[in-house]
Amino acid sequence: MTQTRPLIELSQVHKRYGEGESEVRALDGIDLRIERGEFVAIMGSSGSGKSTCMNILGCLDRPTAGEYHLADVLVTDLPGDGLTMLRRHYIGFVFQGFNLLARTSALENVELPLVYRRVPRAEREERALKALALVGLEDRVDHAPSQLSGGQQQRVAIARALVTEPDILMADEPTGNLDSARTQEVMELLQQLNRERGITIVMVTHEPDVAAFARRNLVFRDGRILSDTLAGERA
Amino acid sequence: MIWATILMALREIRRNGLRSLLTMLGVVIGVGAVIALVSVGRGATAKVTEDIGKLGKNLLTVSAGTFSRGGGGAGISAPPLRIDDANAIRRDILGVDAVAAAAASSAQVVFGNSNQRTSVTGSDNSFFEVRGYVVDKGRLFSRAETQSGAAACVIGATVRSNLFQARDPIGQSLRVGSIACNVVGLLVAKGQAGMGQDQDDLVVMPMRAVQRRITGNDNIQSIFVAAREGEGTGVVAERIRGLLRQRRHRSEGLDDDFTIRDMAEIAETVTGASTALTALLGAIAAVSLVVGGIGIMNIMLVSVTERTREIGIRLAIGAFGSEVMLQFLLEAIVLSTLGGVIGICLGLLGSYFAANALALPFVLAPDIVALAFVFSALVGVVFGYLPARKAANLDPIEALRHE
Repeated sequence: MTQTRPLIELSQVHKRYGEGESEVRALDGIDLRIERGEFVAIMGSSGSGKSTCMNILGCLDRPTAGEYHLADVLVTDLPGDGLTMLRRHYIGFVFQGFNLLARTSALENVELPLVYRRVPRAEREERALKALALVGLEDRVDHAPSQLSGGQQQRVAIARALVTEPDILMADEPTGNLDSARTQEVMELLQQLNRERGITIVMVTHEPDVAAFARRNLVFRDGRILSDTLAGERA
Repeated sequence: MIWATILMALREIRRNGLRSLLTMLGVVIGVGAVIALVSVGRGATAKVTEDIGKLGKNLLTVSAGTFSRGGGGAGISAPPLRIDDANAIRRDILGVDAVAAAAASSAQVVFGNSNQRTSVTGSDNSFFEVRGYVVDKGRLFSRAETQSGAAACVIGATVRSNLFQARDPIGQSLRVGSIACNVVGLLVAKGQAGMGQDQDDLVVMPMRAVQRRITGNDNIQSIFVAAREGEGTGVVAERIRGLLRQRRHRSEGLDDDFTIRDMAEIAETVTGASTALTALLGAIAAVSLVVGGIGIMNIMLVSVTERTREIGIRLAIGAFGSEVMLQFLLEAIVLSTLGGVIGICLGLLGSYFAANALALPFVLAPDIVALAFVFSALVGVVFGYLPARKAANLDPIEALRHE
């Protein structure tokens, strides 16, 4: 059987916290395949398991049981540093709280992932400037996060995620701290990155309007996938 | 990578200027105290050694009787030394530069309205050579004066200032005890010796003058021997001991009935004590260095908690735990090393002023400076390790959620 695997494949993934009486089943047998170039929104109420699923997909956490293949690598077998290597190669993160380093310029923030990848200084700066230009912040490179608006900060964070040219962008409530105008701005940017650069995007959100920007919507409930719909199928 | 991490650490330190300074303070004080105390201690040691050296280089002093046994005074029963003993030492002992026999007494000396009690030594010109006295004005004894035991005297600077004040003492008549004595020479001041005795409070006369007119016998109290440079005072002392035992008919099994004091040995003992005291002071100061290290650990632990989110970000975007650990470890090392450098500067500055104030020589101790530097860096490694490991072991998910 020479069937090629999709970029992301979860099979019968479980994640349990605690033991015995107090055991919590955060994920209860998830099967999920995401192909290269998809734009997937994961929805669900808090406690539905969507963030846990996101952490596992992003190689920040490991499942208790089941298999996770990322780009043909069996993630569940890797040691701790192996997870870090996978994150370095394949994944860029965007967080709800932006999570930029304070008192550090936008340029330096964007350069940071390249520092850990041993990219030489000159190339680092060039690539960081390019990433900032991509998110439309070429005139704000020397600003510290406190001198930027929320939308601008999130765009710096997106530039930081993109600077390593990852295959997958993991966005955890990327618009959670933004007003509707800024939300529109950031979501259009993500859509454009997905369409024009073919970056696979997996985004967790609890807002249907935000999820509507994605082409595929997953809804989680009690650690299981309740529904899996494509944009065209939604009424 | 190390270089980039050091730059990162430096930026972090600059970013929190005041806190970094306070963190370093413990190490600054610790290193400064070690440097200052050890430098001043070494200065004191050097001063003591120098003072003892003033008593005469390679000086051996032979006297009759023993001082060490049973706590009794000089053995009264021991026969006195004779001039022949001094001559025998000069003649028979290898490695001797000069020998001076001295008949010692003390007497009231009077000039005009002034008088004082001082020590009167009867000897010849070799006394000045052995004890390291140099003529300031006038001359030493002539051969005729020495041989005849003329009433001539050479005086020390203290006697001169006490009795003659600003007047020129040369050619004046000084009354020593009951005899009138012509002052022929004045000695250059030597200052205080190691034990605080004034070496310039003396009158020297030809030996026969003292024996005949003051002590009234032909005993001599001391024989001063200058051992040849490089000969080793201990070896020479042992030779003299053998000779004197023979001359004084001390048979096998009997203790010596004379004493040989070795200045080099005394100097060694005093220097040893002073060095030990310096080491003790340094060790006490080193304790404060350890306290300083704990201060760094404290602040670094707080810093790890405070920067939990930052650590989470770094881990999420691809830093290995070991890289985060290296960053925090380097921050601690840079902090403690920087503190060490500041402490070294302050310590040297402090010991320089202290040496001036205490009239001690300023001794730069490069070994202690190097040791303090290495030790302060080591403090960073040891006390930075725990916080760094704590940072490296954080769970990125937990760390990112941290408020």
